Amino acid sequence: MEWLNAILQGTLLGGLYALLAAGLSLMFGVMRIVNLAHGVLAVLAAYLGVILTTAFHIPAFATLVIVVPLMFGVGWLIQMGLLNLSIVRGGLAPILVTFGLAVVLTNLLQEVFTADFRSIQAGSIATDSIQINDQISIGVFPLLTFVVGVLVIIALQVFLSRTRSGRAMRASSDDKDAAQLMGIDNRRIYALATGIAIATVGLAGVFLGIRTQFSPTYGDVTLIFAFEAVIIGGLGSLWGTLLGGVVLGIAQAVGAQVNPAYGVLFGHLVFLAILAFRPTGLLPKAVNA
Amino acid sequence: MSRILQVRDLSKRFGKVVTAEDVTFSVAQGTALGIVGPNGAGKSTLLSLITGVLKSDAGSIEFNGRDVTGLSAAERTKAGIARTFQIPRPFIDMTVFENVYVGATFGGGQHGQQGYDAAARALDVTGLSHVAERPAGQLRLLDRKRLELARALATNPSLILLDEIAGGLTEKELPPLVELIRGLRDSGVTVVWIEHIVHALTAVVDELMCLAFGRVLAIGEPREVMRSPEVIEVYLGSTFDMGEAV
Repeated sequence: MEWLNAILQGTLLGGLYALLAAGLSLMFGVMRIVNLAHGVLAVLAAYLGVILTTAFHIPAFATLVIVVPLMFGVGWLIQMGLLNLSIVRGGLAPILVTFGLAVVLTNLLQEVFTADFRSIQAGSIATDSIQINDQISIGVFPLLTFVVGVLVIIALQVFLSRTRSGRAMRASSDDKDAAQLMGIDNRRIYALATGIAIATVGLAGVFLGIRTQFSPTYGDVTLIFAFEAVIIGGLGSLWGTLLGGVVLGIAQAVGAQVNPAYGVLFGHLVFLAILAFRPTGLLPKAVNA
Repeated sequence: MSRILQVRDLSKRFGKVVTAEDVTFSVAQGTALGIVGPNGAGKSTLLSLITGVLKSDAGSIEFNGRDVTGLSAAERTKAGIARTFQIPRPFIDMTVFENVYVGATFGGGQHGQQGYDAAARALDVTGLSHVAERPAGQLRLLDRKRLELARALATNPSLILLDEIAGGLTEKELPPLVELIRGLRDSGVTVVWIEHIVHALTAVVDELMCLAFGRVLAIGEPREVMRSPEVIEVYLGSTFDMGEAV
């Protein structure tokens, strides 16, 4: 029963990882950019949540109405102002730019918020739980996080397959020269993609900030977990990212069940095993022709 | 006749390799210009320069009386320039219909039902309606070539640039394609067509241009161009089958 509980809690934790990783997966899928600033952007969103809840007394979940659009704008600006300029230089350039951005943002956050640990106060919902039986209880907040994670993945999938801009993103992802010749402005489509990706990070950041205590350097571990979820699931596949998040969450929870100190280690081991034996991930993007 | 495309002194080099040098020519509205030349003559590069996927080092491109040299590829597409690739480059993860629909909505600026209709027309004209819902990655070569054309047509172009669209097709597959291109030209779309299969080309085009080493060797009436000594020399002994086409 303890194991069942570990798997259950791990699955719910996986929802948070999927939520954190969705934007990373989208940016890689559309532009082949690995955004190393992804983690610290989540932390930035969490700090925005702290400011809005403490200084303006806005309820934790209501801050999303402000944080998510704001982070969309941040993403748009990052793409238009930085990444579109570096992307034409190919390969390593955008990665280095996002690395630099991560360093700058982390230090700015240190400067403004100090290295103290903070969290977003969400009231009783953060600790409420549903008792299933003697040994198993499900936290309301982890459950909510999981549901939101799944909904975000579904929404992104529908957006990509059904909408005009989504089709343009798939076209640009496939062949950006041919996409231009269809009248698609790659720079704008990329800005939209990064805007959406960073908006989902904003959502994830607020959930992260409610769930756990964080400091400016928390972005590093956040990035690693998100990155592992994307790789385990398969690059460029959103369903894969959801699955990867859940697999990572279960691995960590089961590891913690073996020994409380082994949680993160087990997650890394699963990640390494996937890299070694199935480097394309569990649900790789279908490759035709 | 008004000139829809006017290229002046266009130059492009990659390091020391000259792919276009002072290329100057023009195409009259509603006519077809054929382009021939040995491999590496800079034919495909010229199309990339006209569409704006490549930026020229010098020179200007005027389209419909408007200088488009500074416009992006996407803007030129919206202005009415379309091209097909020699090696088809469909969006392989999308269906055939989606491939064409993207061109209709973005390049053609037609939304909703209008976009659907434009995409459906382009598929109908190119004979692809029966595979519309198939992933483009599954198409065989002939259909991929047709999809290149359908996608370009969906952007509602007034100038279409064709890059060896007949290459790799069988003698049986050729005539319907040639008819399709002739029909396009006759409907008022200006055609610039690169092709190695000269008899297919001369069956349609009004003028012919020969490129070599990035330079224009000759341009004019197709038969005269093929007879000119410079053109014969670059092809060094290879005889052209002008035959029944003219």
